[in-house]
Amino acid sequence: MRNPLERLTLLALLSLALLSPALLWLPLAAAAAERAAAGAIVIAPEPFRYCVVCHGVELSGNQLVDAPRLSGLPRWYLARQLESFRAGWRGAHAMDTHGMEMRPQATVLAAGEISQVLDYATRIPRTPVATTITGDPQRGATLFATCAACHGANGEGNETLAAPPLAGQNDWYLVTQLDNFRSGVRGSAADDIQGALMRASVTMLNDDTAVADVVAYINSLQQSP
Amino acid sequence: MANPFTRRQFLNMVGAAGGSAAVYQASVALGLIPAVAAADTPRAELLNVGRNGRSVVVLGAGISGLVSAYELERAGYRVTLLEASKRVGGRNMTVRRGDLIDEMGNPQICEFDDHPNLYFNCGPARIPAHHHHLLQYCRDLKVPLEVFVNVNYHAWVQDPDAFDGRPVRMREYVADARGFMTELLAKSVNRADFEAPFSAADTERLLGFIRAYGDLDTNYLYKGSNRAGYLGGGMTRAPEIKPPLDFTEILKSSFWRFRMHWGEGEDQAAPLMQCVGGNDAIVKALARNITSPIIVGAPVQSITLRDDGVDVVYDQKGRNRQISADFCINCIPSHLLPGVRNNFPAAYLQAMASVQRGKLFKIGLQMKERFWERENIYGGISWTNQEVEQIWYPTHGIHGKKGVMLGAYVFNNDTNDLFARMSPAARIELAIQNGERVHPDYRQYVETGVSVPWHRMNYMMGCTSQWTPQARADYFATLQQPSGRHYLVGDQVSYHPGWMEGAISSAHLAMADLDRRVRAEARGAAANA
Repeated sequence: MRNPLERLTLLALLSLALLSPALLWLPLAAAAAERAAAGAIVIAPEPFRYCVVCHGVELSGNQLVDAPRLSGLPRWYLARQLESFRAGWRGAHAMDTHGMEMRPQATVLAAGEISQVLDYATRIPRTPVATTITGDPQRGATLFATCAACHGANGEGNETLAAPPLAGQNDWYLVTQLDNFRSGVRGSAADDIQGALMRASVTMLNDDTAVADVVAYINSLQQSP
Repeated sequence: MANPFTRRQFLNMVGAAGGSAAVYQASVALGLIPAVAAADTPRAELLNVGRNGRSVVVLGAGISGLVSAYELERAGYRVTLLEASKRVGGRNMTVRRGDLIDEMGNPQICEFDDHPNLYFNCGPARIPAHHHHLLQYCRDLKVPLEVFVNVNYHAWVQDPDAFDGRPVRMREYVADARGFMTELLAKSVNRADFEAPFSAADTERLLGFIRAYGDLDTNYLYKGSNRAGYLGGGMTRAPEIKPPLDFTEILKSSFWRFRMHWGEGEDQAAPLMQCVGGNDAIVKALARNITSPIIVGAPVQSITLRDDGVDVVYDQKGRNRQISADFCINCIPSHLLPGVRNNFPAAYLQAMASVQRGKLFKIGLQMKERFWERENIYGGISWTNQEVEQIWYPTHGIHGKKGVMLGAYVFNNDTNDLFARMSPAARIELAIQNGERVHPDYRQYVETGVSVPWHRMNYMMGCTSQWTPQARADYFATLQQPSGRHYLVGDQVSYHPGWMEGAISSAHLAMADLDRRVRAEARGAAANA
């Protein structure tokens, strides 16, 4: 277990880095390029090259096309999201521009392809993500106490409660989804029981600052084991 | 000392030595012919580096990538062209029977009849007369061109908010709108208290101009004009002038906002051209003349900038393959590059993030009869203030049996999103419903259609690159400059996104810089030797 003081130091360092988020890209990109040069990139099987176009090589996410990282996410969660898109719990709301972009990709998958794409996605090693959001992680830590009930104290997720891991996810994507839950773009569809639960839970986040703060705290968790 | 030549004698000499092009250039230089605005980016004159001297890896086989490969291999560079998709051409895509429209999540196969006239230019459709580089390639590579009708005064203007939704001929709208506007203008000029820095003679000329511009009568009143087209007669019986439209209805129509003036735009002014048989003739001609390897189905996995070159890893048939080259010409859409492993400098990535991916959507419809020609419409555009925005009539294949029309070309972002989230069948249905407001029998002629949302197309996910004035000011120069030995190229790095000329100009700008460096390195090597 990490010493809480150590975490505070880490937070201070992170906050410094947050002043210039671009600074963080350099070491990450260099490490990735090193692995790439070594030929270690996990290649998408031919039918799933489409995934890479938006979600990026090794599904590591691309904010410029609003596609979150998928690598490092547990199989059950990915399966559930594909189901959600297919069922229209996600990507059917008229205001869900980005979700609507994903939905045809999920619905076009043949039954056998779902397990294949999950095999591929879960084969990719987890790599750290860049920080793009500025917020107050200390304030976020207080807010996160509620989130921790389902998502775990370290944001590691809980399959039994269908609560996905949050630590290590693109922070801009977390903000988008929290906003979607807050506005009802997500979690309003009939039958989306888990979505409705999450929608009820985000009422504790009163404004954009609260969202940024809690996400800033989640960013600090990605360093945890 | 007296000049021994007259200018005519001089030009004759120039002509004998250099042909008509030289006479033209010399005439311009002598001020005898007004100079035509030249391309703002000169054609790169590349030093021949000798066989196998230097290597360039080109990423993306759209127009800018093809042009780069074509030019560089002619200058002796070892070129490899990598293309992620299974076809070359990028957004220059002409679809015919059996072609795949590789939309993410909505793949379609084109089901037009197999006939040389039945094709649809999904991407660039117009070639303006001042797009010098593109026209030069068409000339050099013998790509036959024909005139493309962009503005058709016989086509329809339709707006659900005006004339009870009834379409009116564009010429009628334009003539009557001008008539009413000039009548009002003439009244204000004729007012006793009109204060303008004009002499009496100026005012007289101004009134003449106004009258001619609006086709007003001798009392400066608009009573209709033959410009609107006759109601009847005009050959063996006296012509009947159409009664003018209701001016308040003209104002209600959104046509005056931009559609009415469309054909006067910098790139829209008549005449325009298109390639005979489809605009991908340019792609085919370039590809035919490239001997370097063009590797399709090879998405790029990583780009690593080194001090002395660039490493590119790509996926070929499920295996990582690496190319190390002296330079990289990268034509991949900038919004997809963060999804490729890279070691680009932070400022370079930040500049890419300042560019928004645009949205454009087109529908092509195969019509079983060229019914529009029975309405006196030969080519051009009908404009409607409905979702499809515009309907184009093919210029080629006049009086043939069938034709492929453009059934939608959408500029509005929300409408582009609306179409994108529909199924291909639902899009065609909406296009038909819109079309019926312009041509009541529209539905009965539709045989099959294709829909192309460029912001949903595989390996594109956007068209065209959107630069805000702020992004232009802050980041355009960064992206136009190379990062090390890596050049970001294409219409995306031009002031002409969405135009082939923008793509080609960007390629020539990058190649000129690359050439300058190679020459400097060659001089350095010679000095050290």
